[in-house]
Amino acid sequence: MASPSPKSPEQSEKTKQYDRQLRLWGDHGQTALEHGHICLINANALGTEILKSIVLPGVGAITIVDDKIVSDEDIGSNFFLECSSKSLNRGAEALRLLLELNPAVRGHAVQEPPDQILKENPEFFKSFSVVIATALGEKTIQELAQHLWDINVPLILCRSVGFLGSFRIQMREHAVIETHPDNEQTDLRLDVPFQALSDYLNCFDIDAVDLKDHGHIPWIVIIYKAVQKWQSQNANGWPMSRKEKNEIKNIILEFVRKDENDVPISEENFEEAIRAVNTALVPTFLPVKIQELLYCTSATNLSKDSAPFWVMCAALRGFVEGEGKGKLPVKGVLPDMTASTDHYIKLQNLYRTQAAMDAEIVYRKVLQIVAQLHCENISEADVKLFCRHAHDLYLLCGSNIVTEYQLNSSVATFISRHLEEPDVMMVHYIMLRAAEMFQSEHCRAPGDWDPEGDISKLKACVTKVLSDVSCSPFPKDDHIHEMCRYGGAEIHSVSAFLGGCTAQEAIKLITKQYKPVNNTFIFDAASTNSATFAF
Amino acid sequence: MASGETHSVENQQRRWLNLRKLLERSGPFSHPDFEPSAEILDFIMDSCKVLIVGAGGLGCELLKDLALMGFKKLHVVDMDTIELSNLNRQFLFRKNDIGLSKAKCAVEFVNKRVPGCEAVAHHCSIQDLDEGFYRQFHIVVCGLDSIVARRWLNGMLMSLLQYNDDRSLDQSSVIPFVDGGTEGFKGNARVILPGMSACIECTLDLYPPQKTFPLCTIANTPRLPEHCIEYVKVLQWAKENPWGSSTPIDGDDPQHVTWVFEKAQDRAIKHGISNVTYRLTQGVLKNIIPAVASTNAAIAACCATEVFKLASSCCTNMNNYMVMNIADGVYTYTFNAERKPDCVACSNTTRVVELEPDATLQTIYDKLCEDPAFMMKSPGITTVINGRNKTLYMSSIKSIEERTRDNFKKENNRIGFIQWR
Ligand SMILES: [Zn+2]
Repeated sequence: MASPSPKSPEQSEKTKQYDRQLRLWGDHGQTALEHGHICLINANALGTEILKSIVLPGVGAITIVDDKIVSDEDIGSNFFLECSSKSLNRGAEALRLLLELNPAVRGHAVQEPPDQILKENPEFFKSFSVVIATALGEKTIQELAQHLWDINVPLILCRSVGFLGSFRIQMREHAVIETHPDNEQTDLRLDVPFQALSDYLNCFDIDAVDLKDHGHIPWIVIIYKAVQKWQSQNANGWPMSRKEKNEIKNIILEFVRKDENDVPISEENFEEAIRAVNTALVPTFLPVKIQELLYCTSATNLSKDSAPFWVMCAALRGFVEGEGKGKLPVKGVLPDMTASTDHYIKLQNLYRTQAAMDAEIVYRKVLQIVAQLHCENISEADVKLFCRHAHDLYLLCGSNIVTEYQLNSSVATFISRHLEEPDVMMVHYIMLRAAEMFQSEHCRAPGDWDPEGDISKLKACVTKVLSDVSCSPFPKDDHIHEMCRYGGAEIHSVSAFLGGCTAQEAIKLITKQYKPVNNTFIFDAASTNSATFAF
Repeated sequence: MASGETHSVENQQRRWLNLRKLLERSGPFSHPDFEPSAEILDFIMDSCKVLIVGAGGLGCELLKDLALMGFKKLHVVDMDTIELSNLNRQFLFRKNDIGLSKAKCAVEFVNKRVPGCEAVAHHCSIQDLDEGFYRQFHIVVCGLDSIVARRWLNGMLMSLLQYNDDRSLDQSSVIPFVDGGTEGFKGNARVILPGMSACIECTLDLYPPQKTFPLCTIANTPRLPEHCIEYVKVLQWAKENPWGSSTPIDGDDPQHVTWVFEKAQDRAIKHGISNVTYRLTQGVLKNIIPAVASTNAAIAACCATEVFKLASSCCTNMNNYMVMNIADGVYTYTFNAERKPDCVACSNTTRVVELEPDATLQTIYDKLCEDPAFMMKSPGITTVINGRNKTLYMSSIKSIEERTRDNFKKENNRIGFIQWR
């Protein structure tokens, strides 16, 4: 059959394979992921479920550290082991079956216990983007956490016991430019229009246009005109209160054309204008969070080693203090609205042009700083992206797991406050900590083979943890009883749930997109509830 | 294996030790009916039949999860075949499998990996299977991306409900229904006890309406790149018929997508619109929903946990709807979705419908199928004459269908009072 034979901008095989996720984090996010290298300590079901959802989307490489031998129980709960894996090294077997998922991913297995690596070859961990650890004992957790804190490598610590699970992210700081907020604020500058915008808006005469075009006036123009009319009666103020905003809505209603019987003609753009009044009239301001970011020490005390993020923050501060007159660069994004093509595109180009000009100024400041301090080069595209998202920049300042484990006074106060609320998810946290303490004291999980007999022993651990945070013992033993019932069992579907969540957190850390959990996530599959705590 | 029977029994016991701890020990939070015993695992393994609807992003995960939660009598239905773009999350498939049946491939893989698992594949649409098929299951779990298919399945499970003479529900006819769905980083999981808790129809407003563009915008005042693509798809394709008049657009044919992409780009340039890309073109043509392995894994796992609870009573079920978003931290929220007292699918209540005196059974049947208030799939119609039940029409059972087909032509006042469920 004759075909028009278009010269296809043929997508690569890889683009097709990853299409559904590229729509979430883009080609640049994918490139970052492909440069990522994840280290997993302990390939239990939780560990392999995490790696599964990192290998499938195409991380660069994985390394599994595991010195254990595959048991029957492992085979029963872990999909990435098979019957023939029995008695072989768990990490090597899991690696083999995980790599089948995606031939683009490279992998290594290291058959040594993590303690030994920490002692003999701590440099080993330096090259990883993220280290993920499951099923570690209290002592190793603290040694590993301290070391990774020192060498500034992010750590995600995970647990899965019975119906309970948790993960804790430790990293010093994590800056996110593309947070992808669900409801992004618009940035229209109606209160402080830039020159090109005010020229355009002031030239627009909505009474002069014919009826057809009247229905195609963008609501931005309508609201601006309504505000101007309102200001002529209100000493050039800005409508802030609900009453004032209603006055604006009434003015907009007056603008609506009437038919020969004086009945208002339904015009979609005017209806949109009335709906948009509340959000469009929010004054343009520098968000407090962004202000804090621009004036924090990392942004004010730059050095040769400053990360590009901080160099851009410093340049942005220069813009805000200077050309921006206290405001951030224009986002350059126009929401969709009923309008003729000409009106809409004209307006959109005004915003885009201004955004490009603002970003250009910031970029010049970046170049100056880079030249002065000889720090890492930053591309113009990166600065543009940074300016586009300047309103939603996010910085996560982490805390050391060791501090949490030592239950120092601020951690203790935090825990006891939640226990008093009372917050049952914090009870689960205590139970997980107590079970870990039990494990290190008795070298087995509570209830491993004697659920009844272990209740009092576990209760002693719970009481110890509670007294360390100055809390009285739990009035009832039911959570202790339940933990002993679990007997350290790893339930596949609970691990699979946590595996999915943890994998995405690791991907967030590598791609530097979307906000990660700050910093502890607890999940109770029995009640299907979860909570996030910032220790 | 030469190691002998006893050895393998011991291995089996050890292999399932994790689950046995939950099932053979009592717990303070388990369901009131729960009595720990070794027989529960036997039931899960040897008797409990679970139907998994869909072998895509959620379905692959569900099959793996349930096989490792001890279930062996698993059935999987999916009419689709494997595509390259599935491989970033549908982890039971490889490049060599492209073009093969998802259900068959998934089942083959899991049966091989998890010894003892006896999953059965059905490479067909859910509508191809009849009442008798659905009735055999203890639990149905669904991971579909289509609301229409979900509603059909919901209707099917509701139609299996039996009511006692006092209009109370016959509990033995209830097949619990666990449903999961994902979209990008968002997802939901829920447990439906047909006739007892909120069903899909009760909560239809929880599904966001599909985004559409008005035709006049597409034709006269395009503003967005999507408008240009829709224009080519809706108007220009039919006008120019680049592959002959009988060829509809195929979003999977790169030549078609490229044609639309280039025409849309021309239109965009003409109107000063930017950002028409190949990816966006394909997204609009196929109505692509972003999808990632992690969300699917988490939602499917949540559904699998609920299936396990239903089968074992070792813990109470979620009540009854969980939403999740992992874009900003990890957020979950579980709430009790409420039944609609007059839900046409799951309530056994009376709804008055006015009909013309000369309406035929066909008129009534069509109304039940087409009226948005009912949207029933092959409703059965019965009546009571002199205190006795009489079936007027039933399409799902072939012999009854044949026997009752002629009723369609009769006017309803000759048939008697009519009821339907
Ligand atoms: Zn209902």
